[in-house]
Amino acid sequence: MEKKLLLGDEAIALGAIHAGIRGVYAYPGTPSTEITEYIQHHPLARERGLHSTWCTNEKTAVEAALGASYAGARVIACMKHVGLNVAADAFVNSALTGVNGGMIVIVADDPSMHSSQNEQDSRFYGKFSLMPVLEPSTQQEAYDMMEYGFELSEREKLPVLMRIVMRLAHSRAAVTVKSEADPLQMLPCAKDPAGWVLLPANSRRKYAALIEQQPRLEQLASQAPATRYEPANVPQATGILACGIGYNYVTEVKEAAGQFNVLKVTQYPMPTELVRRLAQDSREILVVEDGQPFAEEIIRGMLSADYPVKGRLTGDLPRTGELTPDAVATAMGHRPQRYFDVPKSVVGRPPALCQGCGHRDVYTALNEVVKDYPNARIFADIGCYTLGALPPFRAIDTCLDMGASITMAKGAADAGVFPAIAVIGDSTFTHSGMTGLLDAVNDKACITVVISDNLTTAMTGGQDSAGTNKFEAICLGLGVEPEHVRVVVPLPKNMDDITRVLREEIEYNGVSVIIPRRECIQTLNRKLKRKKAEKKS
Amino acid sequence: MKQDIILSGVGGQGILSIATIIGEAATQAGLTLKQAEVHGMSQRGGDVQSNLRLSDGDIASDLITMGTADMILSLEPMEALRYLPYLNKEGWVITSSAPFKNIPDYPQDQSLADELHALPHVVTVDVEALAREHAMPKCANVILLGAAARYLNILTVEQLRASIARVFGSKGDAVVEMNQRAFDIGHAASELK
Repeated sequence: MEKKLLLGDEAIALGAIHAGIRGVYAYPGTPSTEITEYIQHHPLARERGLHSTWCTNEKTAVEAALGASYAGARVIACMKHVGLNVAADAFVNSALTGVNGGMIVIVADDPSMHSSQNEQDSRFYGKFSLMPVLEPSTQQEAYDMMEYGFELSEREKLPVLMRIVMRLAHSRAAVTVKSEADPLQMLPCAKDPAGWVLLPANSRRKYAALIEQQPRLEQLASQAPATRYEPANVPQATGILACGIGYNYVTEVKEAAGQFNVLKVTQYPMPTELVRRLAQDSREILVVEDGQPFAEEIIRGMLSADYPVKGRLTGDLPRTGELTPDAVATAMGHRPQRYFDVPKSVVGRPPALCQGCGHRDVYTALNEVVKDYPNARIFADIGCYTLGALPPFRAIDTCLDMGASITMAKGAADAGVFPAIAVIGDSTFTHSGMTGLLDAVNDKACITVVISDNLTTAMTGGQDSAGTNKFEAICLGLGVEPEHVRVVVPLPKNMDDITRVLREEIEYNGVSVIIPRRECIQTLNRKLKRKKAEKKS
Repeated sequence: MKQDIILSGVGGQGILSIATIIGEAATQAGLTLKQAEVHGMSQRGGDVQSNLRLSDGDIASDLITMGTADMILSLEPMEALRYLPYLNKEGWVITSSAPFKNIPDYPQDQSLADELHALPHVVTVDVEALAREHAMPKCANVILLGAAARYLNILTVEQLRASIARVFGSKGDAVVEMNQRAFDIGHAASELK
């Protein structure tokens, strides 16, 4: 055993390596990216040849992971919470096929939307899919739960969802880890078409079996290593149901030690017997959970209607946003003192596109061109270039999800919007934009698609982008006419050229694709630094 | 004994390097540590902060509770003020005095200085100017750490210097020496206050 200072994400990655995984399948997304990056850079992962290259999107990741599990390997798939929406088809159905080698799907939620479009709570997906869900409260538990999770997955023949939140993913603490990894775990390849071919007859049987399995899964959740009940030292205390990192904020209120009956929950389905005991011992229950009121809704349904349950639904904790120690202490009756206020002179400092970034030149050109088209609408997408919504550009009109720029522009064009312009990044285009472009080509929609290609997945820190060097070929393959696939170099000195190409393609009545291509200055600077360092040594 | 520190600045200024040096020193000293970081979108020139908690006992929460931080250590004066509600009654603000103006409505320098000097315990150091003066442009953050060292009661100056040697060790002796010199310059500058 040894101690290491690890981010929650890194603890999960190391736990997975130590549990003998054969690979990780993932698409980058804050706050989950560092799990895969840690594995990519770990010497043992390289020595063992573990799969760790990035996937095109979360759906391909979960499907490939399930294929590896089918072959007998232990495997993880990682994504941010909204990535699970993309992977949902594969994820939900994998509860019916079940697994062969142990499989853990790790999903990092982002309450408060620090770097996201919504704050959906992935535990709902676990419940909906009838899968076991793990929710660690510390980096140590996250590490320990990997081996535990694989054993659970292999014993129950089900994929396991591990739900973490941003604050655990991106917080560092000392973790006691094994000094040596387990050998690669490998079961014989599956051969059971009746179990793996989801024809209705098979699916009905598997679904019934999955339902039948639920009481046992609940029993296992009540015996989970990190789940425990801590009764108060006083009679008639308030009970606290603390999920995942919510437990840390409860124990942070040191003045309240021993004053509450605390049930710490780290695995689902909700261990209802433990919750009933908590309710019996307590005069009321406060539910402390980071994310949406998932546990609160479940226990409201379990207990009698007049049993007092407090939490996010009652306003005792804020309905939205990340859970904080301040909010939890206040809900426990120990409102923190505030000695200093934020002076009025302090103003917001939103993030911005880097100086010298190619996206800046793209928006400068677009803003120039659309001056002549008062009805123009710009449908943007997910990435650094979403910052084009903020001053000084204020260039974009929509941003919904990965890939929606092209499809929303297409639908708007169908309904009469002209010009309908889509702005999408290179990595987002291969993630979810290609199928939409095919729709547009097949309908000969009048849209102008700008694939702003910086040769990387920039927003999450510069990961490889699946389509690099393939964009012209992809667009031609999907049927965009060769004379309407145009490449420009987004630099201030080329502004006349870029605006001319934009005007020409807007005027074309069909699908055109403009690819402004210049490397992200962050990844470029890093490369130059590395070269310089190499020269020195 | 515990020390709860809020590190703040603007994305790209290098607050996480300061956290790494303190964290390494704390780990070597056998202290418990939790450090909540911000990755992702805000790193693009937005406001960034990190909660760094050190203790000789257990630490429950990754986040610091309002009104309990012992120190705000900031690479930018307006960013120091942003987290004041977290400071405890006797807490210290150690900040660079050099504003980073990447927004159009940045407040008047004087109003920021007035707000800072109205606080009971504050040390401001123009770490950017010191870094320029000593020809170590990339060491402003380590100069600031030096300025904070005498208020970081849970760690000694020697422990922090030794940590700099370990953190920068792989980059060669010259880099270690320059950063230790930067640390000493900051340490000396805070004495004058």
